[in-house]
Amino acid sequence: MKKTMRAAALATAAALALAACGAAPDEEPDDTTTPGDEPSQEETIDYKACIVSDAGGFDDKSFNQLSYEGAKRAAEELGAEFAEVQSDSESDFQPNLESLVAAGCDTIVSVGFALSAATVESALANPDLQYILVDDAADNDFDGTKDAENIKPLLYDTAEAAFLAGYLAAGYSQTGKVGTFGGMNFPTVSIFMDGFYQGVQHYNEVKGANVSVIGWDGTDGQFTGGFEANDAAKNVAAGIIDQGVDVLLPVGGPIYQSAMDAIADSGREIALIGVDADFYVTDPSTQDIILTSILKQMDVSVYDAIMAAGQGNFDPEAYVGTLENGGVGIAPLHNFEGKVDAELWAEVEALRDAIIAGEVEVTSYLSQ
Amino acid sequence: MSDTHTPSPVPPGDRERVTVEPAPSSADSGPEPRRAAAEENQWREVFQRIVTGGWAISLGAVVLAILAGSVLIAFTDEAVQRAAGYFFSRPGDTFSAIGSAVGSAYAALFRGAVWDFTADDFGGAIRPLTATLTRATPLIAAGLGVALTFRTGLFNIGGRGQMLVAAAAAGWVGFTWSMPWPLHMLVALAAGMLAGALWAGIAGALKAFTGAHEVISTIMLNYVAFYLLSYLLATPGLLQAPGSSNPKTRPTLASAQMPKLFEGYNVHLGLVLVLLAVAFTWWLLERSKMGFEYRAVGINPHAARVAGIDVRRVTVSVMLVAGALLGLAGATQVQGTVVTGFSSDIDAGIGFDAITVALLGRSRPLGVLGAALLFGAFKAGGSVMQASEGVPIEIVVVVQSLIVLFIAAPPIVRAVFRIPEPGRRRAARAERKAVAA
Repeated sequence: MKKTMRAAALATAAALALAACGAAPDEEPDDTTTPGDEPSQEETIDYKACIVSDAGGFDDKSFNQLSYEGAKRAAEELGAEFAEVQSDSESDFQPNLESLVAAGCDTIVSVGFALSAATVESALANPDLQYILVDDAADNDFDGTKDAENIKPLLYDTAEAAFLAGYLAAGYSQTGKVGTFGGMNFPTVSIFMDGFYQGVQHYNEVKGANVSVIGWDGTDGQFTGGFEANDAAKNVAAGIIDQGVDVLLPVGGPIYQSAMDAIADSGREIALIGVDADFYVTDPSTQDIILTSILKQMDVSVYDAIMAAGQGNFDPEAYVGTLENGGVGIAPLHNFEGKVDAELWAEVEALRDAIIAGEVEVTSYLSQ
Repeated sequence: MSDTHTPSPVPPGDRERVTVEPAPSSADSGPEPRRAAAEENQWREVFQRIVTGGWAISLGAVVLAILAGSVLIAFTDEAVQRAAGYFFSRPGDTFSAIGSAVGSAYAALFRGAVWDFTADDFGGAIRPLTATLTRATPLIAAGLGVALTFRTGLFNIGGRGQMLVAAAAAGWVGFTWSMPWPLHMLVALAAGMLAGALWAGIAGALKAFTGAHEVISTIMLNYVAFYLLSYLLATPGLLQAPGSSNPKTRPTLASAQMPKLFEGYNVHLGLVLVLLAVAFTWWLLERSKMGFEYRAVGINPHAARVAGIDVRRVTVSVMLVAGALLGLAGATQVQGTVVTGFSSDIDAGIGFDAITVALLGRSRPLGVLGAALLFGAFKAGGSVMQASEGVPIEIVVVVQSLIVLFIAAPPIVRAVFRIPEPGRRRAARAERKAVAA
């Protein structure tokens, strides 16, 4: 983030120097606008959407960023006010939520399980406000129901989509070995790895094959210890690549970038599987090696939830993204269309229908 | 600051072995022991000047950093950018846009940190001040811990690890044992302080008995503590909340919590405890025999040893006390600030912020108190500034970092380029003349 700021400051300075000769606008510019407002909106409503991140920040190339994009887009389309607060650590959660309440927000999006307890506390203290909690059920006493009525939990059964990716990877692999690793052993991370593992096992069962998964054994696996693209992540990736995998699934924000470095170093042809968003679109540098991406449509579901809330139709019912409702999914093959057997892709699509129909069972912490 | 090894002092333990002996393989006529010792003295002096310099530098650094922050706010503001687009046809617009951007940002900072002038009643208006006090609570304790080691010539970078093990220990006692209120709270607090003390004591003992540099060992112990806590948090039956698969603990039991000082505000008993710690640290440093030894070792470990002070014992004992203070910071986090259960970033960067706080406070207990209150205000106000004005929270981080830079840079630059302190040369010449005469 600091680097971004520095770049932004430099770019601004350059832009200022180049553009300072422009003509003054006819009308007095509105000096009171702040970056949070959307002055260009024609229709405005009396509604304010707000979002608070967890320690990852809104530039984490993962759930904070996607949720932010969804919330921001909804606020723009509604012509609503928008405010954002970034948390640096868990002692920021409660004060940040308080600041947003004081700033007059109507709906507050909290991103991540880490904010669960603070969000419940804030929701109980402010029953008139609406809360949207991404990636957590808001159930901190573990009685199976959420702890505050005005929270809408958004959950994603990504194991279903990862299952498809696992099946595809197993069918694509020439070496009979596929790999995965995660940032940290959180349920929201391991659900990808476990779904992937189950998909490979399913392939082995159906085809009588013996494709093995490196980095996840069904209960535990390899983790980099954080969500930064650093040497630790690269070492973990290289360790898995050394065991002969030719498909790699890194789970956790930007750690896929370290995986790409490790792939480049290995000099072998190794396919990458993306998570959360379609990497082919969000990061064009992956286009040559990206087999597919496991989609977790947080931007869409946050957008939908805020649109509904802004129009006065807030529904506090928990949302669980599945293959069936499109909340999770698998991205197109793009450049790999020619490299993947058409028959295999047809099987993957049939498998998707079978999972939706309940014929093939995928287990995860959400389905238990 | 944290990554430089230069301003750190000599290891008081086995200095001959570690630093003074010239390397025999050295290409050009290996430095004379005396010259090496002089150089070493010079760096120790730099260290001392950075960590215990005058008040004016602190004040100036804060003012300069806030000015630099204003420039950043102005540059990143959209209204300013728009107005600057036609700067030459109507320059007034740009200046008024800058004024309103910077003014409203710092007004929001003030509103979030000291006095909410938009609130309806006194209770609401005073709320930001209590938020500042809550934020400052762990910073005060942690700052004291770091300042104490600075005064002894040690550089304790291990605040994070010491806070993490303390939080783990206090938290574990706080949600697994069952005892009546004041007792349970005190036992949990004691467990946290003990854990912090032992964790820092490892680095102290390594330094005293093997000469291992405390900067290296405390940084490494940070990682050990972090991964240890991550493991405990991810393992059912240890720190992880039963029934959950998230790496997060159970809430702290009410009997182990530090009660809120005022109904409806977050500021808790921890504030009183850290204020007591300020008084204790002042007494320790300025009035006790132990504190005299700490300061003597800090100023010159060789002289201290000649004077009969056991440098090893001082090294270990100062790390134990400093660790206990950082443990106090960790315990107030889990027993007062975040009582709903914590995860592995419960230290919240306070272990590192404490270094800045100690620098800004010139390593004196009252100075640390003031610096911690300022940083608490930055943290509390930064959140409001972000929520109401859309100013990125990084501005606050930049301001904090610039404070360190402005304090630390002048002595380091002078030492690197051997630029004498202003007024020094004349004094030195006078001295030489006096000797010659």
